[in-house]
Amino acid sequence: MEGLLNQYETVNLSDVKVWFKAGDIKDFPSNRGGCIKYKNKQIAVFNFERRNEWYACQNACPHKMEMVLSRGMTGSTDGIPKIACPMHKKTFSLVDGSNLNGDDFKIATYPVKVEGNEVFVGFLE
Amino acid sequence: MINVIVVGNGMVGYKFCEKFISKSGQENYQITVFGEEPRRAYDRVHLSEYFAGKTADDLSMSTANWYEENNIILNTSELITDINREQKTIHTHLEKTYEYDYLVLATGSAAFVPPIDGVEKEGVFVYRTIEDLDAIMTYAKKIKANGATEAAVLGGGLLGLEAAKAVRDLDLNAHVVEFAPRLMPRQLDQGASDMLQSKIEELNIGIHLNKATQFIDGEDSIKGMMFANDELLKVDMLVISAGIKPRDELGRVSGLEVGVRGGIVVNNKMQTSDPNIFAIGEVALYNQMIYGLVAPGYEMADVAAEQILKGDKTMRETIDMSTQLKLIGVEVASFGDPFIENENVTAIVYENKFSGIYKRINVTKDGKTLLGGILVGDSSDYNGLFQIYANAMALPANPEDLILGSRGGESSTLGSASDLPDTAVICSCENVTKGAICCSILDGTANTFGDVVKLTKATSGCGGCKPMVADLVKAAQKSIGKEVKESICEHFNYTRQELFDLVKINKYTNYYEVIDHHGNGDGCEICKPVVASIFSSIYNDTANKHVTTQDTNDRYLANIQRNGTYSVVPRIAGGEITPEKLIVIGEVAKQFDLYTKITGAQRVDLFGAQLDDLPKIWKILIDNGFESGHAYGKSLRAVKSCVGNTWCRYGMDDSTTFAIELENRYRGIRSPHKLKGGVSACIRECAEARGKDFGVIAVEGGWNLYICGNGGANPKHAVLLAEQINKETVFKYMDRFLMYYIRTAGPLVRTSTWLEKLDGGLDYLKEVIIHDRIGICETLEAEMEKLVGTFECEWKQVLEKPRLMKRFSHFVNSDEKDDNIEYVPLRDQKMPRPW
Repeated sequence: MEGLLNQYETVNLSDVKVWFKAGDIKDFPSNRGGCIKYKNKQIAVFNFERRNEWYACQNACPHKMEMVLSRGMTGSTDGIPKIACPMHKKTFSLVDGSNLNGDDFKIATYPVKVEGNEVFVGFLE
Repeated sequence: MINVIVVGNGMVGYKFCEKFISKSGQENYQITVFGEEPRRAYDRVHLSEYFAGKTADDLSMSTANWYEENNIILNTSELITDINREQKTIHTHLEKTYEYDYLVLATGSAAFVPPIDGVEKEGVFVYRTIEDLDAIMTYAKKIKANGATEAAVLGGGLLGLEAAKAVRDLDLNAHVVEFAPRLMPRQLDQGASDMLQSKIEELNIGIHLNKATQFIDGEDSIKGMMFANDELLKVDMLVISAGIKPRDELGRVSGLEVGVRGGIVVNNKMQTSDPNIFAIGEVALYNQMIYGLVAPGYEMADVAAEQILKGDKTMRETIDMSTQLKLIGVEVASFGDPFIENENVTAIVYENKFSGIYKRINVTKDGKTLLGGILVGDSSDYNGLFQIYANAMALPANPEDLILGSRGGESSTLGSASDLPDTAVICSCENVTKGAICCSILDGTANTFGDVVKLTKATSGCGGCKPMVADLVKAAQKSIGKEVKESICEHFNYTRQELFDLVKINKYTNYYEVIDHHGNGDGCEICKPVVASIFSSIYNDTANKHVTTQDTNDRYLANIQRNGTYSVVPRIAGGEITPEKLIVIGEVAKQFDLYTKITGAQRVDLFGAQLDDLPKIWKILIDNGFESGHAYGKSLRAVKSCVGNTWCRYGMDDSTTFAIELENRYRGIRSPHKLKGGVSACIRECAEARGKDFGVIAVEGGWNLYICGNGGANPKHAVLLAEQINKETVFKYMDRFLMYYIRTAGPLVRTSTWLEKLDGGLDYLKEVIIHDRIGICETLEAEMEKLVGTFECEWKQVLEKPRLMKRFSHFVNSDEKDDNIEYVPLRDQKMPRPW
């Protein structure tokens, strides 16, 4: 399980080495998530249309390690865009991955860029 | 003019004055108070807050001019040295003499200092008055300047632990030394003490139990404590908090009866052996006990005041020693008899070392009566438990629910404050009843929580009753039509009912329209499903229409399970199924390798379906005549039935047909919470209809209709709405009942809780939906009729529209399945790998 979680580490925009094409804008439903596979990773990508913003994070909820975050609900708390895990409703900031319920569990986040109609997620390798 | 002299200006002496003037009208009485301390009475219960920055003024019980305003003469820094009972006079150390008609001794107690060699050494203090605290602070500063770091507190009781916190606040390493084998030996058992100890040790406070201190080490000032086992604890300061000793000197010099171990003997009128002299608080020996708590002291003050004013109030025979407090940030409470153990009593203990929680309740063997208990680490249940104990209220079927609480995320088993009798004492410090709190709101003398506090003094003692008082104030406000806001989340300042009306009136059909017009921010996992549910209730929109705002179950039309796969439940109305259909279910399960189980609602649940298999599974089911069972929705789940008179030799009517009709009528309708029904053909009740949101039971001459029951963490029997009615009437009342519930309940509020919170309760509900008192029955029926005719199977919709199918794949960019899912075998089937 730890091995699974260790695969996911936050990537900062300035450190991106690889921009992986995740799909076309139309592949991602608006104001919801979609899951992409990149090598052995599962990444949840959110088209936060209401804010005109895109976010990406690990798909595994760090609480019980299930691949479900892309199926959660997006929203905001005090203006911070967030994702709520559909299993037990732990909520995570999509900006820095912090757990908004105050527990230790954090998630890794990844940069997203949109060029034309194409959506890219940034990785280190 | 009648002279009343009060000796002692502590909390109890002050309370006596307060009670006295509120009862007397004062004209004929002159109250004179003597205090040996230089200041007005202050709150000793919260003394340690003085270390945390509170001033003596903050702790004061009254304002500076209170005594003057109430025509009370206050003499501070004046000590009474003698009483002349024959001449009814007292003498002070300033050699003055005062006459009294009644004398009230409220001299309290002093710290008990055990006879240990060396306690007179410099650096040894007691913990009792603001002066003591000042001295401790000064000394701590002095020794810290010399590099000293260690301080001990002798006594691991309530006050000792408070003192330890105070010492720690002074930036010294604290040690608690206790003679007994556990902390707070008068309130806690071993398990609770262990839990408290580990919590306190986490704060770097050393705990030394079972330690008899032989002598205090050091030349002139303390350098250490030598224990009986020749162990030396090096400390530079010692605070003694080992109990109290009644200040009964005046009783002794004036020949009043005193107890063997001290304390002035009083009767249940608080009279001493001299009927003109009363003793109250910690100096009074009542029932051979000294009560070191503020609540009994206040009650004694009240009794003495009444007695002097010729009232007939007397002290209760048994005095409750329940306490709730936060010690060094750890919640601790004990109530009733915390220790009781005999063959008629069962102690139920819950202990969670991980989160530092220990709970114990003592219940009679028959499970009917709560005798006492202990809470450490989480005392949030204290008020509820205390009320059940104090009012001898009935316990739930499983008394352990009282401390294990809401295991299913439902509301607490302790019920609401509204269930309590009017005589229930809510604030025991000030002896304020539920009746007094609610009355002040109902008769308009108070409008807010603040008003109630001012008027009744409730919550002004230890403050533990605050949440309960707040609940009662809210309930009372509601009952007279005052608005009490229960907005659903930070994005909407509206209740579900208000949102329902806003959506209906403005004809909104999209979540973002609603939040843009009436909310703020981006919404969240709380308000999105609420609004989606409202759309469904008004327009009978299926979940497919609002995919974005549905949570995972409604979004994928299946129930998410432990490993992120889903389970599938086709409708089997009334539990009736043909062999052909059973075979289809079995074959689907085999084909997709699903775990199968008959559910508690007479259906078959198929577990372990991966997202992309869901449409394939449903294709087969629908082709074979099944439809969605809505197991995932906040909607009608199932109507359970017994066999009925078609097969059963006892059956009085055809329950199966009725159950199928009910299930088909209300299928697909979204509601604030899930709904279940049951139909039994006789009172043997094989369908357990009275454990459901609605239940129908065949009786001689028709059907009995029960409503608002449920199973779950907080089981409730349904209550009888109407008797011996025909089927048609059952449907009529059901339409009205369900629609009224759907319109007015809060999000995720079950019918039982909804009824509990409904002003006027069942009687009012009957008025509304049977007698149409407020004239809405026609509307309710029409609204329900609109929903009933428009059912559509959500799964059929999905399979017919390929664009709806798009959501059922795990990856956007790959057709692969989620490779994270693992199973382990279980009795010829499978289950998810353990978490």
